[in-house]
Amino acid sequence: MTTQAGAAIATAAQEPPSAKPVKARRNWGDVLLRVVAGLVLLYLFLPIFVIILFSFNRPAGKFNYSWQGFTLNNWAHPFKYPPLTEALKLSLNVAAVSTAIALVLGTLVAIALVRQRWRGQGAVDTFLVLPLTAPEVVMGAALLTLFLDLGWAAGYTTILLSHIAFEVSFIAMTVRARVRGFDWTLEDASLDLGAGPARTFFKVTLPLIVPGIVAAAMLSFALSLDDFIITYFVSGSTVTYPLYVNAAVKAAVPPQINVLATAILLISLALLAVGTLYRRKRFET
Amino acid sequence: MVLPALVYLAVFFVVPFFSLARTSLSTTGGSVFMPTLQFAWDFSNFTDAFVLYKDQIFRSFWYALAATILCVLLAFPLAYVIAFKAGRYKNLLLGLVILPFFVTFLIRTIAWKTILADEGWVVSALGAVGLLPDEGRLLSTSWAVIGGLTYNWIIFMILPLYVSLEKIDPRLIEASKDLYSSAGRSFGKVILPLSMPGVLAGSMLVFIPAIGDFINADYLGSTQTTMIGNVIQKQFLVVKDYPAAAALSLGLMLLILVGVLLYTRALGTEDLV
Repeated sequence: MTTQAGAAIATAAQEPPSAKPVKARRNWGDVLLRVVAGLVLLYLFLPIFVIILFSFNRPAGKFNYSWQGFTLNNWAHPFKYPPLTEALKLSLNVAAVSTAIALVLGTLVAIALVRQRWRGQGAVDTFLVLPLTAPEVVMGAALLTLFLDLGWAAGYTTILLSHIAFEVSFIAMTVRARVRGFDWTLEDASLDLGAGPARTFFKVTLPLIVPGIVAAAMLSFALSLDDFIITYFVSGSTVTYPLYVNAAVKAAVPPQINVLATAILLISLALLAVGTLYRRKRFET
Repeated sequence: MVLPALVYLAVFFVVPFFSLARTSLSTTGGSVFMPTLQFAWDFSNFTDAFVLYKDQIFRSFWYALAATILCVLLAFPLAYVIAFKAGRYKNLLLGLVILPFFVTFLIRTIAWKTILADEGWVVSALGAVGLLPDEGRLLSTSWAVIGGLTYNWIIFMILPLYVSLEKIDPRLIEASKDLYSSAGRSFGKVILPLSMPGVLAGSMLVFIPAIGDFINADYLGSTQTTMIGNVIQKQFLVVKDYPAAAALSLGLMLLILVGVLLYTRALGTEDLV
Protein backbone atom coordinates (compact mmCIF):
# COMPACT_ATOMS: atom_id res chain seq x y z
CA MET A 1 0.00 0.00 0.00
CA THR A 2 1.32 3.44 -0.76
CA THR A 3 0.69 6.75 0.90
CA GLN A 4 -2.16 7.59 -1.44
CA ALA A 5 -3.86 4.28 -0.69
CA GLY A 6 -4.38 5.05 2.94
CA ALA A 7 -5.99 8.37 2.16
CA ALA A 8 -8.45 6.73 -0.20
CA ILE A 9 -9.28 4.01 2.31
CA ALA A 10 -9.77 6.62 5.00
CA THR A 11 -12.28 8.46 2.83
CA ALA A 12 -14.28 5.36 2.10
CA ALA A 13 -14.22 4.32 5.74
CA GLN A 14 -15.77 7.54 6.97
CA GLU A 15 -18.99 6.98 5.04
CA PRO A 16 -21.59 5.72 7.51
CA PRO A 17 -23.42 2.61 6.38
CA SER A 18 -26.67 3.50 4.71
CA ALA A 19 -28.98 1.55 2.46
CA LYS A 20 -30.45 3.63 -0.31
CA PRO A 21 -33.39 1.85 -1.87
CA VAL A 22 -33.08 1.75 -5.62
CA LYS A 23 -35.95 0.20 -7.51
CA ALA A 24 -34.84 -3.32 -8.37
CA ARG A 25 -35.50 -4.06 -12.00
CA ARG A 26 -34.30 -7.41 -13.26
CA ASN A 27 -32.96 -7.16 -16.73
CA TRP A 28 -30.06 -8.57 -18.65
CA GLY A 29 -28.02 -5.43 -18.30
CA ASP A 30 -28.31 -5.71 -14.56
CA VAL A 31 -27.24 -9.35 -14.54
CA LEU A 32 -24.31 -8.59 -16.84
CA LEU A 33 -23.23 -5.73 -14.55
CA ARG A 34 -23.23 -8.02 -11.51
CA VAL A 35 -21.27 -10.70 -13.37
CA VAL A 36 -18.64 -8.18 -14.45
CA ALA A 37 -18.38 -6.80 -10.91
CA GLY A 38 -17.98 -10.35 -9.61
CA LEU A 39 -15.20 -11.02 -12.11
CA VAL A 40 -13.38 -7.84 -11.06
CA LEU A 41 -13.62 -8.93 -7.41
CA LEU A 42 -12.23 -12.32 -8.44
CA TYR A 43 -9.36 -10.54 -10.22
CA LEU A 44 -8.58 -8.67 -6.99
CA PHE A 45 -8.36 -11.96 -5.10
CA LEU A 46 -6.54 -14.07 -7.70
CA PRO A 47 -3.01 -13.23 -6.47
CA ILE A 48 -4.16 -13.66 -2.87
CA PHE A 49 -5.35 -17.21 -3.62
CA VAL A 50 -2.00 -17.90 -5.27
CA ILE A 51 -0.09 -16.55 -2.24
CA ILE A 52 -2.09 -18.70 0.18
CA LEU A 53 -1.86 -21.79 -2.04
CA PHE A 54 1.90 -21.45 -2.48
CA SER A 55 2.41 -21.16 1.28
CA PHE A 56 1.62 -24.92 1.21
CA ASN A 57 3.98 -25.62 -1.68
CA ARG A 58 7.04 -27.83 -1.50
CA PRO A 59 9.33 -25.94 -3.90
CA ALA A 60 11.95 -27.98 -5.74
CA GLY A 61 14.53 -25.25 -6.23
CA LYS A 62 15.25 -21.89 -4.70
CA PHE A 63 12.15 -20.21 -6.11
CA ASN A 64 8.58 -20.77 -5.03
CA TYR A 65 7.06 -20.04 -8.45
CA SER A 66 5.71 -23.37 -9.68
CA TRP A 67 3.53 -25.90 -7.88
CA GLN A 68 5.42 -29.02 -6.74
CA GLY A 69 3.34 -30.64 -4.03
CA PHE A 70 1.40 -30.08 -0.83
CA THR A 71 3.15 -29.75 2.52
CA LEU A 72 2.42 -28.30 5.94
CA ASN A 73 6.12 -27.99 6.63
CA ASN A 74 6.33 -24.24 5.91
CA TRP A 75 3.55 -23.50 8.35
CA ALA A 76 5.19 -25.71 10.97
CA HIS A 77 8.41 -23.70 10.68
CA PRO A 78 7.36 -20.12 9.87
CA PHE A 79 10.49 -18.64 11.46
CA LYS A 80 12.95 -21.00 9.78
CA TYR A 81 14.93 -18.15 8.19
CA PRO A 82 16.31 -15.83 10.90
CA PRO A 83 17.05 -12.94 8.47
CA LEU A 84 13.39 -12.93 7.36
CA THR A 85 12.20 -12.93 10.97
CA GLU A 86 14.67 -10.19 11.91
CA ALA A 87 13.54 -8.08 8.94
CA LEU A 88 9.90 -8.49 9.95
CA LYS A 89 10.70 -7.56 13.56
CA LEU A 90 12.54 -4.44 12.40
CA SER A 91 9.61 -3.43 10.19
CA LEU A 92 7.16 -3.86 13.06
CA ASN A 93 9.45 -1.76 15.25
CA VAL A 94 9.75 1.02 12.63
CA ALA A 95 5.99 0.95 12.01
CA ALA A 96 5.17 1.24 15.72
CA VAL A 97 7.69 3.96 16.61
CA SER A 98 7.10 6.10 13.49
CA THR A 99 3.33 5.82 13.83
CA ALA A 100 3.48 6.89 17.50
CA ILE A 101 5.45 10.04 16.65
CA ALA A 102 3.52 10.89 13.48
CA LEU A 103 0.26 10.39 15.36
CA VAL A 104 1.07 13.18 17.81
CA LEU A 105 2.14 15.61 15.06
CA GLY A 106 -0.69 14.73 12.67
CA THR A 107 -3.50 14.72 15.23
CA LEU A 108 -2.57 18.17 16.55
CA VAL A 109 -2.70 19.65 13.05
CA ALA A 110 -5.97 17.90 12.26
CA ILE A 111 -7.66 19.24 15.40
CA ALA A 112 -6.37 22.75 14.75
CA LEU A 113 -7.69 22.58 11.18
CA VAL A 114 -11.13 21.39 12.17
CA ARG A 115 -11.80 23.41 15.31
CA GLN A 116 -10.82 26.95 14.54
CA ARG A 117 -10.90 29.22 11.55
CA TRP A 118 -7.62 31.02 11.20
CA ARG A 119 -5.64 32.84 8.56
CA GLY A 120 -3.44 30.71 6.33
CA GLN A 121 -5.54 27.63 6.90
CA GLY A 122 -5.91 27.03 3.17
CA ALA A 123 -2.15 27.21 2.71
CA VAL A 124 -1.55 24.70 5.52
CA ASP A 125 -4.17 22.46 3.93
CA THR A 126 -2.42 22.49 0.57
CA PHE A 127 0.96 22.03 2.25
CA LEU A 128 -0.30 18.92 4.02
CA VAL A 129 -1.61 17.40 0.78
CA LEU A 130 1.65 17.96 -1.11
CA PRO A 131 3.56 14.97 0.37
CA LEU A 132 0.70 12.76 -0.75
CA THR A 133 1.18 13.94 -4.34
CA ALA A 134 4.88 13.18 -4.57
CA PRO A 135 5.59 9.80 -6.18
CA GLU A 136 7.46 7.64 -3.69
CA VAL A 137 10.50 7.42 -5.93
CA VAL A 138 10.83 11.22 -5.88
CA MET A 139 10.28 11.46 -2.13
CA GLY A 140 12.85 8.71 -1.56
CA ALA A 141 15.34 10.45 -3.85
CA ALA A 142 14.82 13.82 -2.15
CA LEU A 143 15.30 12.35 1.33
CA LEU A 144 18.40 10.51 0.15
CA THR A 145 19.98 13.73 -1.15
CA LEU A 146 19.17 15.43 2.16
CA PHE A 147 20.86 12.68 4.18
CA LEU A 148 23.83 12.73 1.78
CA ASP A 149 24.13 16.51 2.18
CA LEU A 150 23.97 16.18 5.95
CA GLY A 151 26.43 13.32 5.87
CA TRP A 152 24.12 11.08 7.90
CA ALA A 153 24.67 7.36 7.56
CA ALA A 154 21.60 5.62 6.16
CA GLY A 155 20.06 3.16 8.59
CA TYR A 156 17.39 2.80 11.27
CA THR A 157 17.20 6.55 12.07
CA THR A 158 16.91 7.69 8.45
CA ILE A 159 14.23 5.05 7.80
CA LEU A 160 12.32 6.21 10.87
CA LEU A 161 12.54 9.92 9.95
CA SER A 162 11.41 9.20 6.38
CA HIS A 163 8.45 7.09 7.48
CA ILE A 164 7.29 9.82 9.87
CA ALA A 165 7.53 12.32 6.98
CA PHE A 166 5.04 10.46 4.80
CA GLU A 167 2.80 9.39 7.68
CA VAL A 168 2.17 12.87 9.17
CA SER A 169 0.15 14.23 6.21
CA PHE A 170 -1.74 11.07 5.87
CA ILE A 171 -2.67 10.90 9.57
CA ALA A 172 -3.67 14.58 9.58
CA MET A 173 -5.99 14.00 6.59
CA THR A 174 -7.56 10.88 8.06
CA VAL A 175 -8.16 12.36 11.52
CA ARG A 176 -9.48 15.57 9.98
CA ALA A 177 -11.96 13.65 7.83
CA ARG A 178 -13.16 11.71 10.87
CA VAL A 179 -13.53 14.58 13.37
CA ARG A 180 -15.06 17.07 10.98
CA GLY A 181 -18.63 17.89 11.97
CA PHE A 182 -18.23 17.15 15.66
CA ASP A 183 -19.94 19.49 18.07
CA TRP A 184 -17.01 21.29 19.69
CA THR A 185 -19.33 23.42 21.87
CA LEU A 186 -19.40 20.33 24.12
CA GLU A 187 -15.97 21.45 25.33
CA ASP A 188 -17.33 24.90 26.23
CA ALA A 189 -20.21 23.23 28.04
CA SER A 190 -17.78 21.13 30.04
CA LEU A 191 -15.68 24.19 30.95
CA ASP A 192 -18.84 26.15 31.85
CA LEU A 193 -19.87 23.33 34.16
CA GLY A 194 -16.67 23.73 36.13
CA ALA A 195 -14.40 21.03 34.69
CA GLY A 196 -10.78 22.12 34.30
CA PRO A 197 -9.03 22.15 30.92
CA ALA A 198 -7.25 18.84 31.64
CA ARG A 199 -10.45 17.15 32.77
CA THR A 200 -12.28 18.51 29.71
CA PHE A 201 -9.59 17.16 27.41
CA PHE A 202 -9.63 13.66 28.89
CA LYS A 203 -13.38 13.37 29.47
CA VAL A 204 -14.77 15.20 26.42
CA THR A 205 -12.25 15.89 23.67
CA LEU A 206 -10.34 12.62 23.72
CA PRO A 207 -13.38 10.29 23.62
CA LEU A 208 -14.67 12.28 20.63
CA ILE A 209 -11.53 11.95 18.56
CA VAL A 210 -10.27 8.51 19.61
CA PRO A 211 -12.03 6.49 16.85
CA GLY A 212 -10.49 8.73 14.18
CA ILE A 213 -7.06 8.44 15.78
CA VAL A 214 -7.29 4.65 16.01
CA ALA A 215 -8.26 4.39 12.33
CA ALA A 216 -5.40 6.70 11.33
CA ALA A 217 -2.92 4.78 13.48
CA MET A 218 -3.88 1.41 11.99
CA LEU A 219 -3.57 2.66 8.43
CA SER A 220 -0.32 4.48 9.14
CA PHE A 221 1.09 1.30 10.68
CA ALA A 222 0.06 -0.66 7.59
CA LEU A 223 1.62 1.94 5.25
CA SER A 224 4.89 1.87 7.14
CA LEU A 225 5.02 -1.92 7.26
CA ASP A 226 4.41 -2.08 3.51
CA ASP A 227 6.64 0.75 2.35
CA PHE A 228 9.31 -0.39 -0.03
CA ILE A 229 10.29 2.42 -2.40
CA ILE A 230 11.11 5.24 0.07
CA THR A 231 12.75 2.80 2.48
CA TYR A 232 14.86 1.37 -0.36
CA PHE A 233 16.43 4.79 -0.92
CA VAL A 234 17.22 5.64 2.70
CA SER A 235 17.98 2.24 4.27
CA GLY A 236 21.68 1.79 3.58
CA SER A 237 22.43 -1.80 4.58
CA THR A 238 19.50 -2.09 7.01
CA VAL A 239 16.95 -4.67 5.88
CA THR A 240 13.23 -4.25 6.52
CA TYR A 241 10.60 -6.85 5.64
CA PRO A 242 9.80 -5.49 2.14
CA LEU A 243 13.52 -5.06 1.47
CA TYR A 244 14.10 -8.70 2.44
CA VAL A 245 11.36 -9.77 0.05
CA ASN A 246 12.90 -7.72 -2.75
CA ALA A 247 16.33 -9.24 -2.16
CA ALA A 248 14.70 -12.68 -2.12
CA VAL A 249 13.20 -12.16 -5.58
CA LYS A 250 16.75 -11.79 -6.91
CA ALA A 251 18.24 -14.74 -4.99
CA ALA A 252 15.82 -17.26 -3.48
CA VAL A 253 12.16 -17.07 -2.48
CA PRO A 254 11.40 -19.34 0.48
CA PRO A 255 7.72 -20.32 0.99
CA GLN A 256 7.96 -18.85 4.50
CA ILE A 257 7.45 -15.45 2.81
CA ASN A 258 3.99 -16.68 1.76
CA VAL A 259 3.32 -18.12 5.21
CA LEU A 260 4.08 -14.80 6.94
CA ALA A 261 2.12 -12.82 4.31
CA THR A 262 -0.89 -15.08 4.85
CA ALA A 263 -0.53 -14.74 8.62
CA ILE A 264 -0.46 -10.92 8.34
CA LEU A 265 -3.55 -11.09 6.12
CA LEU A 266 -5.38 -13.23 8.68
CA ILE A 267 -4.44 -10.87 11.53
CA SER A 268 -5.67 -7.88 9.45
CA LEU A 269 -8.89 -9.76 8.73
CA ALA A 270 -9.40 -10.40 12.45
CA LEU A 271 -8.77 -6.71 13.27
CA LEU A 272 -11.19 -5.67 10.52
CA ALA A 273 -13.85 -8.01 11.92
CA VAL A 274 -13.34 -6.78 15.49
CA GLY A 275 -13.54 -3.17 14.28
CA THR A 276 -16.77 -3.82 12.39
CA LEU A 277 -18.39 -5.58 15.35
CA TYR A 278 -17.29 -2.76 17.68
CA ARG A 279 -18.77 -0.13 15.36
CA ARG A 280 -22.00 -2.08 14.94
CA LYS A 281 -22.35 -2.36 18.71
CA ARG A 282 -21.81 1.36 19.11
CA PHE A 283 -24.44 2.20 16.48
CA GLU A 284 -26.98 -0.11 18.06
CA THR A 285 -26.70 1.18 21.61
CA MET B 1 -0.67 23.14 17.57
CA VAL B 2 0.14 23.12 13.88
CA LEU B 3 3.74 24.11 14.45
CA PRO B 4 5.39 20.76 15.29
CA ALA B 5 4.01 19.06 12.19
CA LEU B 6 4.77 22.00 9.91
CA VAL B 7 8.33 22.21 11.20
CA TYR B 8 8.77 18.48 10.72
CA LEU B 9 7.43 18.61 7.17
CA ALA B 10 9.55 21.67 6.43
CA VAL B 11 12.70 19.81 7.50
CA PHE B 12 11.89 16.39 6.06
CA PHE B 13 9.79 17.31 3.04
CA VAL B 14 10.67 20.82 1.85
CA VAL B 15 14.38 20.84 2.66
CA PRO B 16 14.93 17.47 0.90
CA PHE B 17 13.58 19.06 -2.26
CA PHE B 18 16.14 21.85 -1.92
CA SER B 19 18.83 19.21 -1.54
CA LEU B 20 17.43 17.47 -4.59
CA ALA B 21 17.40 20.71 -6.59
CA ARG B 22 20.94 21.57 -5.49
CA THR B 23 22.18 18.10 -6.44
CA SER B 24 20.45 18.30 -9.80
CA LEU B 25 22.33 21.50 -10.64
CA SER B 26 25.73 20.24 -9.48
CA THR B 27 28.61 18.86 -11.45
CA THR B 28 30.69 15.87 -10.52
CA GLY B 29 34.31 16.72 -9.85
CA GLY B 30 37.24 15.06 -8.15
CA SER B 31 38.69 11.72 -9.16
CA VAL B 32 36.74 8.71 -10.39
CA PHE B 33 37.31 7.01 -7.06
CA MET B 34 36.46 9.96 -4.83
CA PRO B 35 33.85 11.94 -6.76
CA THR B 36 32.77 15.22 -5.23
CA LEU B 37 29.72 17.33 -6.03
CA GLN B 38 30.10 21.00 -6.89
CA PHE B 39 27.08 23.27 -7.09
CA ALA B 40 27.30 25.06 -10.44
CA TRP B 41 23.86 25.97 -11.85
CA ASP B 42 24.49 23.16 -14.26
CA PHE B 43 21.25 22.86 -16.22
CA SER B 44 22.82 20.42 -18.64
CA ASN B 45 21.93 17.66 -16.18
CA PHE B 46 18.30 18.22 -17.07
CA THR B 47 18.75 18.34 -20.84
CA ASP B 48 21.18 15.40 -20.81
CA ALA B 49 18.86 13.31 -18.67
CA PHE B 50 15.89 14.07 -20.86
CA VAL B 51 17.71 13.30 -24.10
CA LEU B 52 19.23 10.12 -22.70
CA TYR B 53 16.08 8.76 -21.08
CA LYS B 54 13.25 10.15 -23.18
CA ASP B 55 12.17 6.59 -24.11
CA GLN B 56 11.72 5.69 -20.45
CA ILE B 57 9.94 8.98 -19.71
CA PHE B 58 7.43 8.52 -22.51
CA ARG B 59 7.04 4.83 -21.71
CA SER B 60 6.26 5.64 -18.06
CA PHE B 61 3.68 8.16 -19.18
CA TRP B 62 1.94 5.72 -21.51
CA TYR B 63 2.04 2.83 -19.05
CA ALA B 64 0.63 4.99 -16.25
CA LEU B 65 -2.06 6.34 -18.57
CA ALA B 66 -3.01 2.86 -19.80
CA ALA B 67 -3.14 1.58 -16.22
CA THR B 68 -5.32 4.53 -15.17
CA ILE B 69 -7.79 3.89 -18.01
CA LEU B 70 -7.89 0.17 -17.23
CA CYS B 71 -8.51 1.02 -13.57
CA VAL B 72 -11.51 3.19 -14.49
CA LEU B 73 -12.95 0.48 -16.74
CA LEU B 74 -12.52 -2.28 -14.14
CA ALA B 75 -13.40 -0.23 -11.07
CA PHE B 76 -16.58 1.33 -12.40
CA PRO B 77 -18.78 -1.80 -12.57
CA LEU B 78 -17.59 -2.95 -9.14
CA ALA B 79 -18.00 0.45 -7.46
CA TYR B 80 -21.41 0.84 -9.12
CA VAL B 81 -22.66 -2.52 -7.88
CA ILE B 82 -21.37 -1.83 -4.35
CA ALA B 83 -22.98 1.61 -4.28
CA PHE B 84 -26.37 0.76 -5.78
CA LYS B 85 -26.98 -2.99 -5.83
CA ALA B 86 -25.27 -4.45 -2.78
CA GLY B 87 -27.96 -3.67 -0.21
CA ARG B 88 -26.95 -4.98 3.18
CA TYR B 89 -23.78 -6.58 1.78
CA LYS B 90 -22.30 -3.16 1.05
CA ASN B 91 -19.88 -3.06 3.99
CA LEU B 92 -18.90 -6.69 3.52
CA LEU B 93 -18.06 -6.02 -0.14
CA LEU B 94 -16.07 -2.90 0.76
CA GLY B 95 -14.11 -4.94 3.31
CA LEU B 96 -13.45 -7.61 0.68
CA VAL B 97 -12.21 -4.98 -1.79
CA ILE B 98 -9.71 -3.61 0.74
CA LEU B 99 -8.55 -6.99 2.05
CA PRO B 100 -6.11 -8.00 -0.75
CA PHE B 101 -4.21 -4.79 -0.14
CA PHE B 102 -3.20 -5.96 3.31
CA VAL B 103 -0.71 -8.28 1.65
CA THR B 104 2.61 -6.58 0.98
CA PHE B 105 2.71 -4.92 -2.43
CA LEU B 106 5.89 -6.79 -3.37
CA ILE B 107 4.42 -10.20 -2.54
CA ARG B 108 1.30 -9.45 -4.59
CA THR B 109 3.53 -8.60 -7.54
CA ILE B 110 5.50 -11.84 -7.03
CA ALA B 111 2.16 -13.68 -7.15
CA TRP B 112 1.49 -12.13 -10.58
CA LYS B 113 4.90 -13.38 -11.64
CA THR B 114 3.71 -16.88 -10.73
CA ILE B 115 0.36 -16.44 -12.48
CA LEU B 116 1.81 -15.07 -15.71
CA ALA B 117 4.82 -17.43 -15.80
CA ASP B 118 5.63 -19.17 -19.10
CA GLU B 119 4.77 -22.58 -17.62
CA GLY B 120 1.71 -21.22 -15.78
CA TRP B 121 -1.89 -22.14 -16.52
CA VAL B 122 -2.85 -18.71 -17.86
CA VAL B 123 -0.31 -18.89 -20.66
CA SER B 124 -1.26 -22.49 -21.51
CA ALA B 125 -4.99 -21.66 -21.43
CA LEU B 126 -4.55 -18.66 -23.72
CA GLY B 127 -2.28 -20.70 -25.97
CA ALA B 128 -4.87 -23.53 -26.15
CA VAL B 129 -7.64 -21.21 -27.37
CA GLY B 130 -5.26 -19.59 -29.84
CA LEU B 131 -5.14 -16.15 -28.19
CA LEU B 132 -1.44 -16.44 -27.64
CA PRO B 133 0.94 -17.75 -30.33
CA ASP B 134 3.20 -20.74 -29.64
CA GLU B 135 6.19 -19.61 -27.62
CA GLY B 136 4.12 -16.54 -26.77
CA ARG B 137 4.81 -14.99 -23.39
CA LEU B 138 2.94 -12.81 -20.95
CA LEU B 139 5.72 -12.23 -18.47
CA SER B 140 8.35 -9.69 -19.59
CA THR B 141 5.90 -7.89 -21.88
CA SER B 142 4.50 -4.37 -21.68
CA TRP B 143 1.11 -5.90 -20.95
CA ALA B 144 2.40 -7.64 -17.85
CA VAL B 145 3.81 -4.36 -16.52
CA ILE B 146 0.61 -2.41 -17.30
CA GLY B 147 -1.41 -5.23 -15.74
CA GLY B 148 0.71 -5.08 -12.60
CA LEU B 149 0.37 -1.31 -12.33
CA THR B 150 -3.39 -1.63 -12.79
CA TYR B 151 -3.69 -4.29 -10.13
CA ASN B 152 -1.53 -2.59 -7.54
CA TRP B 153 -3.37 0.73 -7.63
CA ILE B 154 -6.92 -0.16 -8.63
CA ILE B 155 -8.00 0.18 -4.99
CA PHE B 156 -7.42 3.97 -5.22
CA MET B 157 -9.85 4.07 -8.11
CA ILE B 158 -12.51 1.84 -6.58
CA LEU B 159 -12.77 3.73 -3.27
CA PRO B 160 -13.10 7.36 -4.50
CA LEU B 161 -15.41 6.16 -7.27
CA TYR B 162 -17.56 4.37 -4.71
CA VAL B 163 -17.64 7.46 -2.48
CA SER B 164 -18.87 9.72 -5.29
CA LEU B 165 -21.38 7.15 -6.61
CA GLU B 166 -22.70 6.62 -3.10
CA LYS B 167 -23.37 10.36 -2.79
CA ILE B 168 -25.69 10.38 -5.83
CA ASP B 169 -29.31 10.81 -4.80
CA PRO B 170 -31.12 7.75 -6.23
CA ARG B 171 -34.17 9.95 -6.77
CA LEU B 172 -32.25 11.72 -9.54
CA ILE B 173 -31.88 8.41 -11.36
CA GLU B 174 -35.54 7.60 -10.81
CA ALA B 175 -36.51 11.06 -12.03
CA SER B 176 -34.58 10.55 -15.23
CA LYS B 177 -36.30 7.18 -15.71
CA ASP B 178 -39.70 8.72 -15.01
CA LEU B 179 -38.93 11.29 -17.66
CA TYR B 180 -38.56 8.43 -20.15
CA SER B 181 -34.83 8.29 -20.40
CA SER B 182 -33.41 4.88 -21.26
CA ALA B 183 -31.04 3.10 -18.88
CA GLY B 184 -28.09 4.02 -21.10
CA ARG B 185 -29.17 7.63 -21.30
CA SER B 186 -29.67 8.10 -17.58
CA PHE B 187 -26.22 6.54 -17.08
CA GLY B 188 -24.64 8.95 -19.56
CA LYS B 189 -26.56 12.04 -18.46
CA VAL B 190 -26.94 11.52 -14.70
CA ILE B 191 -24.64 8.90 -13.19
CA LEU B 192 -21.49 9.51 -15.23
CA PRO B 193 -21.36 13.32 -14.77
CA LEU B 194 -22.05 13.00 -11.05
CA SER B 195 -19.32 10.37 -10.62
CA MET B 196 -16.67 12.54 -12.30
CA PRO B 197 -15.13 13.84 -9.02
CA GLY B 198 -14.47 10.19 -8.08
CA VAL B 199 -13.01 9.41 -11.50
CA LEU B 200 -10.74 12.47 -11.36
CA ALA B 201 -9.56 11.86 -7.78
CA GLY B 202 -9.04 8.18 -8.55
CA SER B 203 -7.12 9.00 -11.73
CA MET B 204 -4.66 11.12 -9.77
CA LEU B 205 -4.30 8.54 -7.05
CA VAL B 206 -3.52 5.85 -9.65
CA PHE B 207 -1.50 7.87 -12.15
CA ILE B 208 0.96 9.48 -9.71
CA PRO B 209 2.25 6.34 -8.00
CA ALA B 210 2.08 4.37 -11.26
CA ILE B 211 4.27 6.81 -13.22
CA GLY B 212 7.00 6.67 -10.57
CA ASP B 213 6.89 2.93 -9.92
CA PHE B 214 9.79 0.65 -10.70
CA ILE B 215 8.77 -2.61 -9.01
CA ASN B 216 6.26 -3.77 -11.62
CA ALA B 217 8.67 -3.06 -14.47
CA ASP B 218 11.41 -4.82 -12.51
CA TYR B 219 9.47 -7.96 -11.55
CA LEU B 220 7.07 -8.36 -14.48
CA GLY B 221 8.90 -6.63 -17.32
CA SER B 222 12.14 -6.94 -19.24
CA THR B 223 14.91 -4.56 -20.30
CA GLN B 224 12.50 -3.38 -22.99
CA THR B 225 9.96 -2.16 -20.43
CA THR B 226 12.07 -0.10 -18.01
CA MET B 227 10.36 2.99 -16.66
CA ILE B 228 11.63 6.30 -15.35
CA GLY B 229 11.50 4.96 -11.79
CA ASN B 230 13.92 2.18 -12.74
CA VAL B 231 16.33 4.74 -14.15
CA ILE B 232 16.14 7.01 -11.09
CA GLN B 233 16.63 4.09 -8.72
CA LYS B 234 19.56 2.73 -10.72
CA GLN B 235 21.27 6.10 -11.15
CA PHE B 236 20.94 6.84 -7.45
CA LEU B 237 21.72 3.51 -5.86
CA VAL B 238 23.82 1.59 -8.39
CA VAL B 239 25.57 4.03 -10.77
CA LYS B 240 25.56 6.81 -8.13
CA ASP B 241 25.35 9.56 -10.73
CA TYR B 242 23.51 11.80 -8.28
CA PRO B 243 23.12 14.95 -10.44
CA ALA B 244 21.47 13.08 -13.33
CA ALA B 245 19.24 11.08 -11.00
CA ALA B 246 18.24 14.20 -9.09
CA ALA B 247 17.44 16.04 -12.33
CA LEU B 248 15.21 13.18 -13.44
CA SER B 249 13.36 13.01 -10.10
CA LEU B 250 12.86 16.75 -9.99
CA GLY B 251 11.64 16.86 -13.59
CA LEU B 252 9.11 14.15 -12.83
CA MET B 253 7.96 15.92 -9.68
CA LEU B 254 7.57 19.30 -11.41
CA LEU B 255 5.43 17.77 -14.14
CA ILE B 256 3.17 16.14 -11.57
CA LEU B 257 3.04 19.25 -9.38
CA VAL B 258 1.77 21.41 -12.24
CA GLY B 259 -0.96 18.86 -12.91
CA VAL B 260 -1.94 18.62 -9.23
CA LEU B 261 -2.09 22.39 -8.73
CA LEU B 262 -4.34 22.78 -11.76
CA TYR B 263 -6.47 19.98 -10.41
CA THR B 264 -6.78 21.22 -6.80
CA ARG B 265 -7.53 24.72 -8.10
CA ALA B 266 -10.47 23.22 -9.94
CA LEU B 267 -11.81 20.91 -7.26
CA GLY B 268 -10.38 21.82 -3.83
CA THR B 269 -8.49 19.47 -1.55
CA GLU B 270 -11.50 18.18 0.33
CA ASP B 271 -12.43 15.87 -2.54
CA LEU B 272 -8.89 14.60 -2.84
CA VAL B 273 -8.68 12.64 0.36
